Formats: sequence, C-alpha cells, structure tokens
Amino acid sequence: MSGIVLEGVTKRFGDHLAADTIDLAIPDGGFTVFVGPSGCGKTTLLRLIAGLEDIDSGRLLIDGMDMARTSPAARGLAMVFQSYALYPHMSVRANLGFALKVARRPGAEIAERVEQVAAMLNLAPYLDRRPAALSGGQRQRVAIGRALVREPRAFLFDEPLSNLDAELRAQMRFEIRRLQQQLGITAVYVTHDQAEAMTMADQIVVFRDGRVEQTGAPLDIYRHPANRFVAGFIGSPRMNFLGGAIADDYGCAAIGVRPEHLMLDPAGALAATVQTVEHLGSESLIHLRAQSGEDLIARGTQDPDVRPDDIVRLRFAPNAVHRFDADDRAMPATDARQEVI
Amino acid sequence: MRTRRTNRAIVTLLAWGASLAIAFPLLWALLTSFKTELEAVAFPPRFLSFDWTLANYRNVLADGDYFHALINSVVIAGGSSALVLALAVPAAWSMAFAPTRRTRGILLWMLSTKMLPPVGVFIPIFLFYRDWGLLDSRFGIALLLAAGNLPIAAWMLFSNFREVPGEILEAARMDGASLWQEVVTVLAPLALPGIASTFFLVFTLAWNESFWTLNLATTEATPLTAFIAAFSSPQGLFWARLSAASILSIIPVLLIGWLCQRQLVRGLTFGAVK
Repeated sequence: MSGIVLEGVTKRFGDHLAADTIDLAIPDGGFTVFVGPSGCGKTTLLRLIAGLEDIDSGRLLIDGMDMARTSPAARGLAMVFQSYALYPHMSVRANLGFALKVARRPGAEIAERVEQVAAMLNLAPYLDRRPAALSGGQRQRVAIGRALVREPRAFLFDEPLSNLDAELRAQMRFEIRRLQQQLGITAVYVTHDQAEAMTMADQIVVFRDGRVEQTGAPLDIYRHPANRFVAGFIGSPRMNFLGGAIADDYGCAAIGVRPEHLMLDPAGALAATVQTVEHLGSESLIHLRAQSGEDLIARGTQDPDVRPDDIVRLRFAPNAVHRFDADDRAMPATDARQEVI
Repeated sequence: MRTRRTNRAIVTLLAWGASLAIAFPLLWALLTSFKTELEAVAFPPRFLSFDWTLANYRNVLADGDYFHALINSVVIAGGSSALVLALAVPAAWSMAFAPTRRTRGILLWMLSTKMLPPVGVFIPIFLFYRDWGLLDSRFGIALLLAAGNLPIAAWMLFSNFREVPGEILEAARMDGASLWQEVVTVLAPLALPGIASTFFLVFTLAWNESFWTLNLATTEATPLTAFIAAFSSPQGLFWARLSAASILSIIPVLLIGWLCQRQLVRGLTFGAVK
C-alpha cells in the first residue's frame, strides 16, 4: 500500500509519553494535517516520520516498506521547518541545490532543477542573495523550494507559517495547497491553528497528550466531533457547552452548540446577559453569560441590536445540538427529538 | 548630567590604568630589549633616555638557535592545536546536538582534569615517555599539550555550537548530508568565529606552555620557551638579551592573532532563523 502508514508507533522522552501506540494511515497524494494544542505530540510524530527521532516501538511503512530504522535522507521525505532552517552562509541557489549536490548529481542537472523550482516559486530574481537579505515570505518559499528540488515521496511541514504575518500566512496557505495539488505529492502538515487545518486538509488528525483523538475530513470532524475535546478544539469561535438542566433535557451530561446555531430570539428559552459585542464587519460575535453561569458566544448579524448588560434570550435548533456523556464522548445525534426549548 | 560625565571619566581612567598595568611587563621587556645589559639593570631605571641598540637582537639571532626553536614551536603548537580541534569538534558536536543525561557530568569531568597540577603526573609521564622513546620529540610534546588543552577546547566549542540552531543541521540531514558533510559544509562555516577563537586560544596556550616543554625537551625538540629560558641560566642572567628573546618569541603569536582577528570579530550574519 502506498502512502505512509503508522502501526503502534510509540515514543517516550524519559517519563513523558510523546506518542502512545499511534495507528494512522496517511493517504498517498493527500494533504493530511496534524492539529492539536502545543505539547500534544504532533511535532514529535512528524519528526518520527522524518527520522529525526527514533521510534521506540511500532512500524512505519512508507510506500509499503518498513522504514522505522532507515536514515532520514533514505526515506525520501522532505521537511520544511518552523524556523525555515535555511543555510545562512549559502546563497539561495546553493540552498536550493544543496540536496542535489550532496547526492552528487551533475552540475548541469542541479542548475536546471534549481532554475525550474525558482521559477515555480517566483524566486528567480533572488537566486544570488543570502537568506539574510530576504523577507520572511521569500525565506519561506526558499524553504519550500529546498524541499521541492528533491522530488520527495512526501512533504513534511512543521508549523511552517507561524512566523509570518496574518496576510502572508493566508496567501502562503493557498500557495502551499495549490502546489501540493498540482504536484500530487503526499503532504503531512503540523499546526496548532485549527483554521489552517480546516482550510488546507483533506484529512485532519486531532491529537491530545500523545494520542489520536479523531481522524477524518475537515467537515466530518466539524459536524461529528468524536468527543468534547475535539468539539471544542475544531471550529472558531469554539463550541458553546452547557450542562445542568438543559443537558438533562437531552439525556446527557453536557450539550454543545456552535456559535452559528445560537440565535437571538425573544421567544427562546435560554436567558443570558450580553458581555461585549465584537464587530467583524461582515458579522459580529456576541459574548454572553448564561444564567447558569457558562460563557457563550453567538454569531450575530453585522450590527445586532444589543448592548452590554442587556438580558437577551437565545434559541437553538435541536438538530444542531451535540450531546456528550459523562466521559466527554459524543453521543448519537438527536434528530427524532422535538424542540424542547 | 555632570555626575554621569564624571563617572564615565573615572571608568575610562580605570580602564586605561588596568590595561596599562596588564601590558606593563610586556612594554618594559620591549624597552629593556633595546638597552645595553648595564642600562637594563641600572637603578633608578631609565624609561626612554638611554642609548637605543639593536645589539641584543643581533646577539640573540646569532648565538641562540632562534630559528630552530621557532620551527619547533610552530610544529608543536600548530600540531597540538590541529589535533585538539580534530578531537574537540566531534566531541562538542555530540554534546551540543545529541546530548544525553550524562552530558553535563562529562563536561564537568573533562574540566576537572584541568584541576590536576601537571607536576603531579610528571614522574609517571616522564617514565612512559622514556620507555616509549618520546622524550625530546616534537610529536611527544604536541601529543601531551593536545591532551592538556582538549578539555578547554571541547568546552568552548560546546558552548559555541549550542548557538547554532539545531534545525539547520537537521535540514542538512534531511537533505541527505552525511555526518561529515553536515559538520564540514554546514556546522563549521556557521561556527567559524568560535572555531577560530578556540584554535587561537589553544595555539597560544601550547605556544607559551613551559612546564612540559622545559622538562621533556632537551635539544632536538626545544621550542621558544626553552630558548628563552636558556638566557637566564648557564652564563648568568642577561636581562636585555632575555627581553629581546622574549619579544622575538611573541611576534609569531601576535601575527597569528592579528590574522585571525577578522575571523574572531566577523561573526556570521544569521538570516536563516526568523
């Protein structure tokens, strides 16, 4: 089977279990995003795949071959680092050509590949510059180009956009995705930013404490989170959680409602106090405190008619409710249930 | 404002005073080397008003075996420093980029070997060297000085290498560089200022080392330290000639220091990270 397959991969650092018997299939040609809070083991897993860390136990199959003990270079993977990790003493040209040079490819071939990649990434005018003389976005493109030159089996990205400003980040997000689709190369992308995960991924893998919490397509995970952690982590603003009497009505320990499903309605059964209103231009976010004490966020219109300290009533459709049991696991949806509030 | 200016003046004065105090023996030797033996011991001492002469230099270069000793010094200091770097670079690499739980302990242990007074191991080493035929050999002395300077070099390079972002070396590894290529084409150029200053330090230490060189070298392998010492023994004390010999033996190190200076201060403009 092609692609990358992990079977029971485990890694410890002293007493800390960074990867706990992880089973995962990364499909060939797809864009897989590892997402989770910092310290959840997603970067460790990427480094285990890359070969920069040794796997304690388990198997790592790349295109069907067990490569758990193979050297990083021989795995045929290319990595883009968070800090870019360009060679500061070399020109852009030498940075791009380094992998081919150490592989002792002929000079003409190196020059051709470097030109080709530089053209693809709009780096041609900067080939003779040192990394220090480039902007953040350009450095990022050199780092991607360096991975591209090798024609790898897969790209590994370790939070590559976290050093860029918001605008550039959105642009690079699009560029990386376009490039990956165009070349059809498998990509594994690590981020703590769920928006990046949602927008880029074919497959999202949500991590927590060295374990996989859920794997699936972005919208599947958004619509059917496996547990309360995933429900809260994926989606921004995060899902609202309510316990107590309302949850009892639904026969569960807690219910979750996404901000877009929480609507201002004088006839609604849920009372809350307005805290602040954030205006985002095309819409607004209304921060509220429920009478039962939970903080809530509702998506509102461009200019909702509420002020801080107003007491408002809220409504939500029962089929928009996520139910969770006492162990925070998701329970089956409640389609058959009548509107109770 | 005024107090600030006064403070600065005081600090400047102190700095000049300290520098002068440190440099004084050297300047005094320089002056003495141009005096006659009589003026060299005259009291009260004369600062600049004496008959300047180059006779001491002529004498030293004529009857002492200066060039023989110079070549020995270059071979011993250069050889031992090259050996030190060849061992300390890999050692520092492993401690900086592949540390284990024992790395700190190893570092301290290495430094602890410098706390042993050389004279404490003189007899055993002398006997070993006698049996192995290493007495009065440049190789033997270079080996010993390399062993003595290795801990300092490993320690210095270790702290220097830790400044190099590990991700850059990992990038080289992903790019398929062998360990050798990683060290030579990526780490060494990035750590060049540190490697140059380490080399300069161990070179100077080896150049000036006089306990082992005086005791283990007799004729063939005698470096400049022994050459200088020779002026203070058999025929009595010749201050002026001793000073001239000292100045002559400092010149090569000054030259190397000056040549390395660019490397020492250049530093690489990092642009790879952020």
